[in-house]
Amino acid sequence: MPQRSTKGTKKSENDLVQFHNVSFSLPSTQIISDLNLTVERGETLVLLGESGCGKTTTLKLVNRLLTPTSGEVLVEGKPTTSWDAIALRRRIGYVIQEGGLFPHFTIARNVGLVPALSGWEQARTRERVRELLALVGLDPDRFAERYPRELSGGQRQRVGVARALAADPPLLLLDEPFGALDPLTRASLQREFADLTKRLDKTAILVTHDVREALILGNRIGLMHQGHLLLLEPPDQFLAAGNPQARAYIETLEMVGGDR
Amino acid sequence: MSFWHFLQLNWSELLLLVRQHIVLVFIAILIAVIIGVPTGIALTRHRALRGPVLGLANVMQTIPSLALFGFLIPLPFIGGIGSRTALVALVLYSLLPIIRNTVTGILGVEPSVREAAVAMGMTDGQVLRQVELPLAMGVIVTGIRVATVIAVGVTTIAAAVGAGGLGVYIFRGLRQYDNNLLLAGALSAALLALAADFFLGLVERRFSFEAKRSSTARKVASVAGVAGVLLLILGGFAFWRSGAGPSPSEQGRVSIGSKDFTESALLAEIVAQMLEARGVSVERRFELGGNLPHEAMVSGTLDLYPEYTGTSFTAILHHAPISDPRAVYQQVNQEYADKFKVDVSQPLGFENTFAILVRGEEARRLNLKTISDAAPHTPRWRAGFGQDFMSRADGYPGFSKAYGLKFAEVREMDLSLTYIALSSRQVDLIAGNSTEGRIETLDLVQLVDDRHYFPPYEAVYLVRQDSLARVPALREVLSKLANGISTEEMRRLNYEIDGNKRDPKAVVKEWLGSKGL
Repeated sequence: MPQRSTKGTKKSENDLVQFHNVSFSLPSTQIISDLNLTVERGETLVLLGESGCGKTTTLKLVNRLLTPTSGEVLVEGKPTTSWDAIALRRRIGYVIQEGGLFPHFTIARNVGLVPALSGWEQARTRERVRELLALVGLDPDRFAERYPRELSGGQRQRVGVARALAADPPLLLLDEPFGALDPLTRASLQREFADLTKRLDKTAILVTHDVREALILGNRIGLMHQGHLLLLEPPDQFLAAGNPQARAYIETLEMVGGDR
Repeated sequence: MSFWHFLQLNWSELLLLVRQHIVLVFIAILIAVIIGVPTGIALTRHRALRGPVLGLANVMQTIPSLALFGFLIPLPFIGGIGSRTALVALVLYSLLPIIRNTVTGILGVEPSVREAAVAMGMTDGQVLRQVELPLAMGVIVTGIRVATVIAVGVTTIAAAVGAGGLGVYIFRGLRQYDNNLLLAGALSAALLALAADFFLGLVERRFSFEAKRSSTARKVASVAGVAGVLLLILGGFAFWRSGAGPSPSEQGRVSIGSKDFTESALLAEIVAQMLEARGVSVERRFELGGNLPHEAMVSGTLDLYPEYTGTSFTAILHHAPISDPRAVYQQVNQEYADKFKVDVSQPLGFENTFAILVRGEEARRLNLKTISDAAPHTPRWRAGFGQDFMSRADGYPGFSKAYGLKFAEVREMDLSLTYIALSSRQVDLIAGNSTEGRIETLDLVQLVDDRHYFPPYEAVYLVRQDSLARVPALREVLSKLANGISTEEMRRLNYEIDGNKRDPKAVVKEWLGSKGL
């Protein structure tokens, strides 16, 4: 155990996020148990697991929507509890299912939110919003002044990604971002997202229960079960893993493949 | 008189009452919003306070409005009579819907939206101002809308504590059995409530983000916004105008009160007009319920009001009734000076005592002159008495015992209704007021109180001693009125107003002219 943390500290230059012996519990239940994990700059780490396994909680520990009951989470080498919460969150893009867009803001205002909060000039924010909408494949002239309810689910999700990218944060957190979309839209958004993170050299932690999504998007896949990280492997090694939980996921994949 | 004709004659007074009504509701809702919305916000942040505070606001709203006004009257600073008390009560009533809807609205914001706001790096204040409040606004406006409609209704009760508003017409209409007054008061209040509901409903739509807004809906919403602003401006204007009006009991100004029946208001109006003729400015606070005029005078809000010696003797000083007018007058005079620093004027020359009345034809047929004459007939008679007579110390229980009366049936009903009930043969004997104008017009006969059971109720003015010192004209006016009004005259004056539905001010002016006062 001490050996592992020494190893973590040594590599910290390149490690954007580190979990050191992190546990999180509510008064009656243990949600996360003794989690150790590092996320390197530029990689997309996918946390895979069923509902209630603690993957969303893990995500929320990074941008301090939650703080660990014990252990610590380091972002850029500094514990989240030492960060100013507001400053920390503005350095981290956050995308949730259905986008979590503000229904009373236009698309432009939704996307330009963090720049506006950070005190950017209006002209610069406006320019940035147009750039981002184009980046996620939405025509700024058509969409900027619309309201979220006037968009389709896929379009809203694109806006959610654009909003997370607005202030050019080094880290993105994504909580089942493509979960509520139809399979075709989901597939094309997954591809675009993979391109985008590669092109922009973003670090991302993505949470999903869809093993196919994990395999497409992840540089590494962490499998979580009942608050424990069972394994953490690149996709090819994940497919070869002997862990029964991992096998169960891989079998669902083969079953679907067999149907075709 | 047709309702239309009534409106033509009284539209300026009606507009004044509508304005008072709007001002009361507007200020009360404004204060309730200023208190209620921040309270609601605080409750969303402090879960532990939510139950107790909402519970308290809930309890406030279950107190019947008349009772709440009653509780407030004796309190210092927030109590007393007039619009301040009414405002306190109205604010208390308006708080619950506003606080509750603020809490519901904010807690009802989609959790994912709130989470996104926090995760974007918004401070708590930014989440509140930019996300929670805008999204909760529709629900909050609904609360304000509900509170406003309730307040328009409750404000009609505010007339009972002298705050004015449309309740003045409703109460007066109930007392005088004048459907035009009732209709004008109730209809205007209902229209006000509907109008407030409609405009605030439009404002509410403006803030609803759930419904898809087409361009026409957007147009309607902006019209509503304009209308809302107009309403606010109107309210503000009415407020400003009312602020420009006279304020209570200043130097050189005399504040005159009256009880809530025609004769008391008439007597108060007589003094008011005589003072005005002498260049004294007068504030009229007429038609106050219960013991309000007394309490208001003792507390210094009123300078003067008309009273009856027997009422002071029994109801205020709590003495057992006695029948000697001189003794009652002197006792009241003495004790008021000692206890309240209040002077009692010379008697005005008439009594307003309980008048035991029967139909004229019956009196003539059976040759009835006194109550004792009537006693043998009572086992075959039905009696109709007002609530007041049934309950007070010198009322029905002592009265029936003094004369040994046993009625076939005793009905408790509204005093004003008993006259009509008697003349239309639904009852056979009533206890009316001796100065009631309808005694003559309905051909009723007052039986003589031959055993001198009823205490004397001589009409007098009660006036604060410091007011007499401050306004010399008061003393002169009161001395001119000593023994100035006979019972017959009082009956005639009452009938001019209750029977002929004439304007009290005009009746008083005419009478003062005829007497050379």
